[in-house]
Amino acid sequence: MTSAAIVGVAESDLGVTNASILALQAQAITRALADAGLSVADVDGLATSGVSRFSATQVADYLGIQPAWSDSTFAGGSAYEMYVARAVQAIEAGQASVVVISFASNQRSAKSRRLGGVIESHTPEAQFETPYGPLYPISYYAMAAQRYMHDYGAAPADLAQVAILAREWALLNPKAYRYGSTPLTVDDVLNSTMVSTPLTASDCCLVTDGGGAVVITSLERARDLRRDPIRILGYGEATTNTSMSQVPLLPTGARESGQRAFASAGLTPRDVDVIELYDSFTITVLLSLEALGFCAPGEAAAFVSSGDARLGGRQPLNTSGGGLSYCHPGQYGVLLLVEAVRQLRGEAGERQVADPAIALAHGTGGILSTHATVLLGVDR
Amino acid sequence: MIDDLAPVPDEVTQEWWDATRERRLLLQRCDRCEHVQHYPRAMCVACSSFDLTWIPSEGRGTVDSFTVVHRAPHPDLDVPYMIARILLDEGPILLSRIVSSDGAEVACDARVSLDWQDIPDGYKLPVFHIEQI
Repeated sequence: MTSAAIVGVAESDLGVTNASILALQAQAITRALADAGLSVADVDGLATSGVSRFSATQVADYLGIQPAWSDSTFAGGSAYEMYVARAVQAIEAGQASVVVISFASNQRSAKSRRLGGVIESHTPEAQFETPYGPLYPISYYAMAAQRYMHDYGAAPADLAQVAILAREWALLNPKAYRYGSTPLTVDDVLNSTMVSTPLTASDCCLVTDGGGAVVITSLERARDLRRDPIRILGYGEATTNTSMSQVPLLPTGARESGQRAFASAGLTPRDVDVIELYDSFTITVLLSLEALGFCAPGEAAAFVSSGDARLGGRQPLNTSGGGLSYCHPGQYGVLLLVEAVRQLRGEAGERQVADPAIALAHGTGGILSTHATVLLGVDR
Repeated sequence: MIDDLAPVPDEVTQEWWDATRERRLLLQRCDRCEHVQHYPRAMCVACSSFDLTWIPSEGRGTVDSFTVVHRAPHPDLDVPYMIARILLDEGPILLSRIVSSDGAEVACDARVSLDWQDIPDGYKLPVFHIEQI
């Protein structure tokens, strides 16, 4: 249990925006501050990445502020869950009083995504992996999926269940990229374009623009602001690998990240009412559900295809429609936090889970490289 | 192989790449704790010693996992091709390719043997084929 809370959340425009990264950042940040009843002038802490080499500095400069604390830890999509931990620590240490966590990307409008990823010639991966032509990050997740299927007798149809569930939720979310489309079937997923076996295009997250921001302050101050505070109950993280050849594919670092988060909050997976997991690929969700302790090894697909993960179920999963069907701007982690907060506040509209008290947001970065878990709860 | 995917060796890895010209796959063994590692580094990941000796790999192992790439990450690469994690009998894992199976099924835990592909600058790339049972 920490003494900090989330007091504001927002998305930037999503989808295809034809906007610049910094304009989308500014949108997300000012909207989240307005949600909290605060202004840019109140911000003395800023955490962001994915903008430039000096990401937090760049965004502070753009906003016209000079923060007392900043963080640009680069950990892909898990960075935003890590920033929650660091923001809490900064606030509890008295180094900052109002921290904004933000991310935005225009990768779809700018066509900046590359199938082979970003290659840095001085890294060991550039010498020992790039020459073979793996897709980055897809081929690593594909190998994890292949190993998972081998170890547990799972099939591509089991992976497909994750995409089917995500689409169901997206059909309930007007902000979702796939809102207004049709439900997915197993055949839709299996017959979609093969990318890196066993993963088809439908097993892979969207490539969209988008962004989000989260405002954190002390619980004491949060109770005087306009929105009901969402308490930060605990957090944990794990960093495991950057190359494709150094650690076993299974289980992932989500195991340690989750154990650390649950221990710090004094909670167990059974206490969680709504689960928001990074779904870069369908396999990511199955691996994370098992590593975090929501399902026994090999049993995640059964959970995902059951009513338990759906609206009205025991532990609704990825309620926004996820990176697979809602929005995936390259680093989706901040939007996991936004959706978790909206569910806990009871403002998720048609997709609202019945009266949740505790939510889990779990980010995954790189090629199952970094893992960060945050537990959030209502202030009762 | 494509020029701009070609490796750029450094002072630690030059000897490893030079050995590939003679179709020798090298690994590093720690003089202090005997840990065997790949990719080549300045230090041992098991005990942090900087005293490492090159040893030849026997070039045999098993498929840890694999994936067939159907969409090329580079316009000059022809798809499909098979990427694999090879668990060498000496312990380390290599990212590599499986270049032939002669009809044998490619599966996790299948046995593989070393093969070589030419790349620019005269270096060769260690790749693998599935062993016939």
